[in-house]
Amino acid sequence: MYHINELLNSDNTLKPSFVAMKESDDYTINIGPQHPATHGVLHLVITLNGETIKKVDPDLGFIHRSIEKMCESLSYRQYIYVTSRMDYLSSHINNHACALLVEKALQVEVPERAQYIRVIMDELTRIASHLLWWGAMAMDMGAFTPYFYAFRERELLTEIMEDTCGARLTMNYMVPGGVMHDPHETFVHRVSKEFLPLLKSKLHEYEELVTGNIIFQNRVNGVGLLTYEDAISYGCSGPTARASGVHCDIRKLYPYDVYNKVQFEEVIETAGDSMARYMVRMNEIKQSISIIEQLINNIPEGDFQAKTKAVLKLPKGEFYQRVETARGELGVFVVSEGGTTPYRIKFRSPGFSNLSCLDHITKGSKIGDLVASMGTLDLVIPDIDR
Amino acid sequence: MDNEALKIQLTELLPSLTFEEGGEWLNVNVDPNDWKPFAAKLKASAELYFDYLFCLTCVDWKTHLTMVYHLSSTKHRHTIVVKCKLDITTPVVETVCDIWRTAEFHEREVFEMFGVEFKNHPDLRKLILPADWVGFPLRKDYEDPINMIKL
Repeated sequence: MYHINELLNSDNTLKPSFVAMKESDDYTINIGPQHPATHGVLHLVITLNGETIKKVDPDLGFIHRSIEKMCESLSYRQYIYVTSRMDYLSSHINNHACALLVEKALQVEVPERAQYIRVIMDELTRIASHLLWWGAMAMDMGAFTPYFYAFRERELLTEIMEDTCGARLTMNYMVPGGVMHDPHETFVHRVSKEFLPLLKSKLHEYEELVTGNIIFQNRVNGVGLLTYEDAISYGCSGPTARASGVHCDIRKLYPYDVYNKVQFEEVIETAGDSMARYMVRMNEIKQSISIIEQLINNIPEGDFQAKTKAVLKLPKGEFYQRVETARGELGVFVVSEGGTTPYRIKFRSPGFSNLSCLDHITKGSKIGDLVASMGTLDLVIPDIDR
Repeated sequence: MDNEALKIQLTELLPSLTFEEGGEWLNVNVDPNDWKPFAAKLKASAELYFDYLFCLTCVDWKTHLTMVYHLSSTKHRHTIVVKCKLDITTPVVETVCDIWRTAEFHEREVFEMFGVEFKNHPDLRKLILPADWVGFPLRKDYEDPINMIKL
């Protein structure tokens, strides 16, 4: 075993690029960039005192594509589809935010049929995302079976998506003014008669396998505490903030499309620990099922797309649109000079803000608990890096 | 609170403010030197109580930079957009990460992408870009002959 300072002072070794490592005498380990528990290419530099975490320093940018810069040269019809590559698990909801922004700026009235389809697809995406999170989070904690259980139901969902959108993950189904085309003719039948009954019959398995499991409960109860004030101060949103008791569901606070016509509950927990974050997401799956059930058999007849000009020009000014993705509040901020491309665009991604609280909630806990805290934050790395 | 009531409240805190309306929310222009004490009052005031900084970014206007802060109150549900005009050659502004913790990461991102220096920031390092990166990629005059994609 070498001490870190011996290695650093030797001329034969590679020098690390972190200033923090050289300055202190602490024991430092790296998790990532290639590590199964980070779900992508996230690099965490962790300073330890024995087994206790002193500092977690995220090192980002391994999948940074500068989508913001790229969008400055894309038209308002094209830039929607780049955002599928940000948070790829809720790609449809990202596209929704961009389409809503263009509609708000141009004051386009979206046909009701398109609004219904959009919201149904949003909620299907949310279920798919939460199912994948559930499987992956359980795998982080050492349970491999839930991953297969989650993907068993999710497979049918991605098939439904593929029928309608032509893609399983990056849907690209939105256009400004509606959706690209009518859903597949079997869409309503497959969602209401095949998918929803299947998922509802399997939910109890999730509860029995993981939620009620005493080993799992011991690993998440009281771990990664985030208080109400800190959740707001760190800009957390989505299930992460709602587990700390913050009312932040954009679907309730600032409803878009037909969210003001459906009945659903904003899932709130007050404990603020990993178990609370877990419960919020599990209950959100049930709320999403309820939203889809209210809409799926009542899709009105009519156009699926409003008539818009071939070349879209946004008026001069600044526009902001937010939606509730599976991870939290996604904000799109566009500065327009009146041209066909944005002058400046900023994506306020939920993952970026949620990650910033990781150091705070893991400080002083054991390194084994880091994975439980990180798993229940539901980080998607392309969403953080953009 | 509506825009008119907000204007009265905000002017009481800092008389030198100028306002812009027309967008979705009230825009407040503030001098960079006044920003830090003003920000502290925005959070501390019981009537305003802007506790949620949900978007922090910068816009390059070629002649100057503008810091844009989207602030909201989780208690009163009102929103304002605060703008700070910065000099393009030496952009300096005081950090607000001790008031809203989320600013720490967002300011590091603006620091590397636009070259804005945040005074008194506890840990102003590059976050996304490699440590040896030269230049500020999101500025309008940035040129990279190898990696840049022009469409």
